[in-house]
Amino acid sequence: MSAAVGVPAATAAPAAGRRAGRTGVLGLLRATGVGGMISAVVIAVAIVLAIIGPWIAPYNPDLPNLSLAWVGPVGGHLLGFDFEGRDVLSRLLAGAQSSMIGPLAVVVGAMVLGTLIAVVSAWRRGLTDTVASSGLDILFAFPGILLAVLAAAVFGAGLTAAAVALAIAYMPYVARVLRGTALRERGQPYVAALEVQGVSGTSICLRHIVPNILPLIVAQATILFGWAMVDLAAISFLGLGVQPPAPNWGVMISENQPGILEGYPLPALAAGLCIVGVVIAFNVLGERLFERVQAAHR
Amino acid sequence: MSGQEATAPPASQQPLLSVDGLTVLLPVEGQQRAVLRDVSLQIRPGEAVGLVGESGSGKSMTARAIDRLLPAGAQVQGQICFDGADVGALSGGQLRSYRNKVAMIFQDPRAHVNPVRRIGDFMTEALRANLGVPIADARRQAVDMLTQVGIEDPERRLRQYPHELSGGMLQRVMIAAALLTGPALLLADEPTTALDVTTQAEVMAILDDLRRSHGLAMLFITHDLDLAAAICDRTVVMYAGQVVEVRRSELLHSDPLHPYTAALAAARPEIAQKASRLRAIPGRPLSAFEAPAGECAFAPRCAYAQPSCLTAVPELTELDGGVSRCGRAGELRGHLEAAHV
Amino acid sequence: MSEHEGAGSTAPVLEAIGLRKEFGSLVAVDNVSFAIPPGRSLAIVGESGSGKTTIARMIVGLERPTSGTITACGRDRSRPARSARDRRRRGGEIQIVFQDPYTSLDPRQTAERAIDEILRLHHGWDADRRRARIEELTELVGLDSRQARALPKGLSGGQRQRVAIARALAAQPQVLVLDESVAALDVSIQAQVLNLLADIRDETAVSYVLISHDLAVVRQLTDDAIVMHRGQLVERGLTAQILDDPQHPYTRRLRASVPRPGWKPSRRQLVPADSEGEVR
Repeated sequence: MSAAVGVPAATAAPAAGRRAGRTGVLGLLRATGVGGMISAVVIAVAIVLAIIGPWIAPYNPDLPNLSLAWVGPVGGHLLGFDFEGRDVLSRLLAGAQSSMIGPLAVVVGAMVLGTLIAVVSAWRRGLTDTVASSGLDILFAFPGILLAVLAAAVFGAGLTAAAVALAIAYMPYVARVLRGTALRERGQPYVAALEVQGVSGTSICLRHIVPNILPLIVAQATILFGWAMVDLAAISFLGLGVQPPAPNWGVMISENQPGILEGYPLPALAAGLCIVGVVIAFNVLGERLFERVQAAHR
Repeated sequence: MSGQEATAPPASQQPLLSVDGLTVLLPVEGQQRAVLRDVSLQIRPGEAVGLVGESGSGKSMTARAIDRLLPAGAQVQGQICFDGADVGALSGGQLRSYRNKVAMIFQDPRAHVNPVRRIGDFMTEALRANLGVPIADARRQAVDMLTQVGIEDPERRLRQYPHELSGGMLQRVMIAAALLTGPALLLADEPTTALDVTTQAEVMAILDDLRRSHGLAMLFITHDLDLAAAICDRTVVMYAGQVVEVRRSELLHSDPLHPYTAALAAARPEIAQKASRLRAIPGRPLSAFEAPAGECAFAPRCAYAQPSCLTAVPELTELDGGVSRCGRAGELRGHLEAAHV
Repeated sequence: MSEHEGAGSTAPVLEAIGLRKEFGSLVAVDNVSFAIPPGRSLAIVGESGSGKTTIARMIVGLERPTSGTITACGRDRSRPARSARDRRRRGGEIQIVFQDPYTSLDPRQTAERAIDEILRLHHGWDADRRRARIEELTELVGLDSRQARALPKGLSGGQRQRVAIARALAAQPQVLVLDESVAALDVSIQAQVLNLLADIRDETAVSYVLISHDLAVVRQLTDDAIVMHRGQLVERGLTAQILDDPQHPYTRRLRASVPRPGWKPSRRQLVPADSEGEVR
């Protein structure tokens, strides 16, 4: 770094932090490019459906009618009927809720716990950091799905147990990613200046360190959502998460799986595509946000 | 610039490096922004020229342009000629051979050296790869050069890794490495800014010594006017991407030709006495793209500015063997003395 | 013993006795003592590895001395503060301005918010009084209203240092540690900030502890100086005296190494292993 500092030279790196007209959420989205914006739209639609899905479903998602089982698209039933004669489209719309809430709970849980551990470790350093890191390493050994299966065995099958198990499984990953950035912020002179002022550690962490690592937290949470969705769908598919006959995309794949071999793939595939579409959207947006965070810190 | 110094080579000697009307624009946030405007300077063989400026002056960018190290997307206008050849048109083998003749050393040596390779490998690389020197010879030359830069036990140093050397040591190694390929011109971009002042004095002495003994020309970039004057015969002062003054170093304080040079020299505190108040220049140094077009870039901060200074960008005026980009250079001559009261 | 910040008191505003700091087997600071009378400023001169930054950090409480004492405003601060109230009180006595303007401010806080946070920490003032004080401070350091409301990324290096100074002065400290605070600034900006610091001292009677390797800046801003070399205090005295007539060989070498009009570098003999350092 040059010792003479007045105005940063007009090179890309220092100016990347100052984007005229690109402030706020809209600016952030615009900066993620076409892929990012499309993903954001897909996610927005999914969120809206999760909220109003059950009300806009054209037909009753829960009423079975075996005489209509496996019937293909006809009339207002755009996606046909599932193995119990229920309208697939309606079930997808109604199922958006449980398919999105689960991952949301996982993400919130993992991010809160992970951020807490990362920031505390970074702030206190020394022994606290070492012990926390070792603890996290142990947790790393357990894949999410394994913990979810264990949880189901102990607490019974259901979305709550599965979500909690996954949050615990993801938390070390979050803590690991955030710890590095938190450590870097903690080492900055402005933090030392606040310490010298007599500001408490808690205050500094909450009001200064966390806001400065927030972009990374957001990027991380976005990517995590996609993974949580896949894992929860898998867990529901295995019968350990949301229980049938509740509408849920993962459950729908499981229920309608026999249809694939018998020549009626649409119900299962439709549910699968919903999951894949939303997961990809979250992944793409998350990675773009991640890239922006990296670029800003270069 | 003809026949000004008694110690200079004959006026008919062609300049080794000639920068002519260099204008560089860099893409920033989607726009092309000027960082250099119409920069011209010449370096004769064996001559040391200092390039002094503050932030935004474009001094580093000039060196990078000369060494073809501009960032991607840069637009370059004007010409850079080395030994008669257009530098911008070089490619492939010619470019490699150019880099053997023009060596560059940087402010932070650690950023420009591979940390997982030994010093010996790094130093002999150019010799072996570009000039086909056998490894034993190359190592011998490296040892010899390390001794010249004043490093003890050079054989052991060759086997060490960069992190085992202190900043000052590493910078000496970089100087030695730069000299190994027998360059004709050395570009030094703030090589001592990150060093302790006592280390800086040592490294400067070595640089000066070796430059003279090897007959090298040098462009020495710094923000410190006195540092440049210490080992350069001529100094170029830049402001807001333009050359504002070219002057013999010993006259910079006693007879500067541009108000900015005088103000810069006067703003610095003195070690010999305390000023009741430093003569600070109001405002702050600008980059080329921040300076308003169609007027003298320094006028807003200049104590001698007149309405005429705001009507056009001043041209370079030749005076007493030097050059000044001040519209009032002639009338201000002799009144710009920067000596402290 | 010494009085508190009393009028007419001759007790030193900052005193260090026998300061020592070890990092493992490395002795960074060895038996350093100094006292700053009220109204005077001290320079701690040295290069990298001299221990000057470690002393600064010990003074403000970021490092704990291995042995020795530090007394400020009559109270001992050699051990870490025991309570939040203690920490705050110490923060109101000694403050610091760091070297790098680009990392010494929270990138998400405007100058106004940064100063406001400090004011709320130290005083129980209402919003109006705080606003008035913020205006006072920003005016004192020469920031206009646009700059006071801008985020750091919209400010130049010199402007950021002014914010850092304003923030440091918010708590009305008696001692302000300047840790190479002007070293990263352009020469023309450096002159502005040095003038500003002199003006502030005239107005607030604060004492500066200037950590610097730049002898010209030291001359301009301080009355007394100590010279550090590899953790040892090698020379002390009036700044003018040390710079005009240095006694210790290291001080002489230091002075001879500073570029000034007409200066030429001269070479010593071969350099022994790893005796050269870099400033950050």
